[in-house]
Amino acid sequence: MVLTLFLIITLTFFLVEAQPGDYASFYVLNPDLPPEVKDQIRAAFGLDRPVWQQYLIHLKNTVTGNLGVSFGNYPRPVIDVLAERVPRTLVLFLTATAVSFYIGFFLGKAIAWRRGGLFEYATTISGAVLFTAFTPAFALMMIWVFAFKLGWFPVGKFLDPLVWRGADVSANYVFGNMLLSAGAFIVFALLVMLLLKRFGRAVPSVVALPIVLGGAAVIVAAWAISGIGGLALDIVKHMVLPVATLTLISFAGTMLLTRNSMLETIREDYVMAARAKGLPDKQVRDRHAARNAMLPVVTSLVYSLIFAIDGSVIIESVFSWPGTGLTLLQAVRSEDLPLVMGAILFIGVLSLLAHVVVDVLYVYLDPRIRYQ
Amino acid sequence: MTTPEPFGPTPEIAVDAGSRRLRFVLARLRLVWRSFRSGGGTFLESQMGRLSLFIIIVYALMAVAHPILMASVWDPATYDPVTGYSFDQVEQPAPPSWKHPLGTDPLGRDVLSQLLYSTRSEFVLGITAALVTVTIATFVGAVAAYYGRVVDAFFMRLADLMIALPAISLLIVLSALFPLNLFYLALIIGVLSGFGGTAIILKSQALSIKVKPFIEAARVAGGGHFHIIFVHIIPHLLPLALLYMMFTVTSAIFAEAVLSFLGLLDLRMSWGIMIHTANTGGYLLGGTRYWWLIVPAGASITLLCSAFYLAGRALDEVVNPRLRQRND
Repeated sequence: MVLTLFLIITLTFFLVEAQPGDYASFYVLNPDLPPEVKDQIRAAFGLDRPVWQQYLIHLKNTVTGNLGVSFGNYPRPVIDVLAERVPRTLVLFLTATAVSFYIGFFLGKAIAWRRGGLFEYATTISGAVLFTAFTPAFALMMIWVFAFKLGWFPVGKFLDPLVWRGADVSANYVFGNMLLSAGAFIVFALLVMLLLKRFGRAVPSVVALPIVLGGAAVIVAAWAISGIGGLALDIVKHMVLPVATLTLISFAGTMLLTRNSMLETIREDYVMAARAKGLPDKQVRDRHAARNAMLPVVTSLVYSLIFAIDGSVIIESVFSWPGTGLTLLQAVRSEDLPLVMGAILFIGVLSLLAHVVVDVLYVYLDPRIRYQ
Repeated sequence: MTTPEPFGPTPEIAVDAGSRRLRFVLARLRLVWRSFRSGGGTFLESQMGRLSLFIIIVYALMAVAHPILMASVWDPATYDPVTGYSFDQVEQPAPPSWKHPLGTDPLGRDVLSQLLYSTRSEFVLGITAALVTVTIATFVGAVAAYYGRVVDAFFMRLADLMIALPAISLLIVLSALFPLNLFYLALIIGVLSGFGGTAIILKSQALSIKVKPFIEAARVAGGGHFHIIFVHIIPHLLPLALLYMMFTVTSAIFAEAVLSFLGLLDLRMSWGIMIHTANTGGYLLGGTRYWWLIVPAGASITLLCSAFYLAGRALDEVVNPRLRQRND
């Protein structure tokens, strides 16, 4: 884990080292500078030292969070730019992944259960098309249909300047609070579920839905009377279309995989045993077949997470959503090397974290691993 | 007078060995052909297989058609995919007409010609990337499974790292640092996927082959490590490798399209560049009005990608009999 992170840092360093020119060329190319000043700049960047020393310094700086100063957003340090952009990517990515996993799993198990119908054929084909659809063109099509023709959602960007003109709070402040309340809601919902599981026998599980919805209503009401609810709504409106697009392109993989995995599980003896016991069809499907079919799907969640991370880079660039992906792309276009390295480092860290989360999830879902 | 060596290689036996080897090769070829025919039958039985094969053949014909058309019917000054200009139209982009079946792009170039021209490079890219992937992955998988221990651990950690790398983001960074052309792109995608997920899958297959009796037999007969890996393990990995070639083609074409859509590649013409041109010109939000600028290229990417994907899925059913649909 740490080793992999180390390898990513090393890889980016040597990639930059291998390319023609170096950091300082951004400043040094200025023809007005006399040669001594150029040498001074190179010395200030440590470029007069041997490569291995540069590498060690780079490692130390990265670990201590000093990612340098962005050329494009001068004089903001890279870490500051990223701190603003990262939550936006995370929200886009996490929402889309969670929703697409749920939908994909649900549909996959449904089509595997009813093999060979027109429904299966249609979903498989549309799943494969969505899975291989050219993401930018698909995203543009979504924009054209929902933002341009129907006018339901804004075309792109993070917020609408007209709404925000008179606002006395910053977008980051509002967005931070939105994240907090979303987090609070998720914790609340999980708590409710946990409590219900604990006292499951006493309370019927139907109670859960109203309680959770009630929690959501309280949060929405709090936003409505806070005075910045309109601003938050604006951000939400801008969020819907990118999240929906990312969800649509990434759910197909999960769906197709769940279908395959279900088809293998259905042949197992315990499924037949469950059927022979006379359990309801739905219970056999959800409790016995799908629960086991989930394991390979979770394993390959790593792939779909990486797919979603890459997808979010594309989606962000098409929707002008100012997250890490768009930052990376803009930095690449303006040759803003420190920001490029920072952004790719973050994307690498994100994919690593995803990896770890999937591993932990797997251990949670498969008791056989725990008891070994 | 020398005593004849009882077990020495006399010329007759050498000839015999040669013909035996020839017969052995022929028998093996016949075996391959038979399994190919039965596999091909299964492949064509599935609707996915037929559909994908049909699409791939259509695109292959399109790729072949372009040079022929350029040499015979199309005048290079008008129809060149990059430098051509249609002088008849007053305003560009022009809608489809008899002369330009798919219209012209904002720079007055024939869209059909661009489409056909790009098809060839997509095939070259996809197939190169797939070959690189399969070569690396088969070798790595076989070696890792055969030697086990440190070699295995090293390649598997490497594969974990490769899987964790977001390929598109990495390619975006690489395109900033180096001028990427088709060949490098194919190479990078091939290396990423070859050392990554494909290697893991082929290794697990190789592990199950390694414990088969014929490997033991080969070892007892005195076969060296490399002999066993290349003659006995790798041929058994090839069907599965072929399957993953298909998926690599899909991802290679997709990556190329995304990168050229973002304007980061050093190519003459591709489907991604066609959409890029339409997008930077602001024609995409015109929606259906300028459909010929986006639909042919976008649909081609989707169609060819899904054709290779479906071909992979159909092959999966050939290689993995468990997945076949039962008739009961």
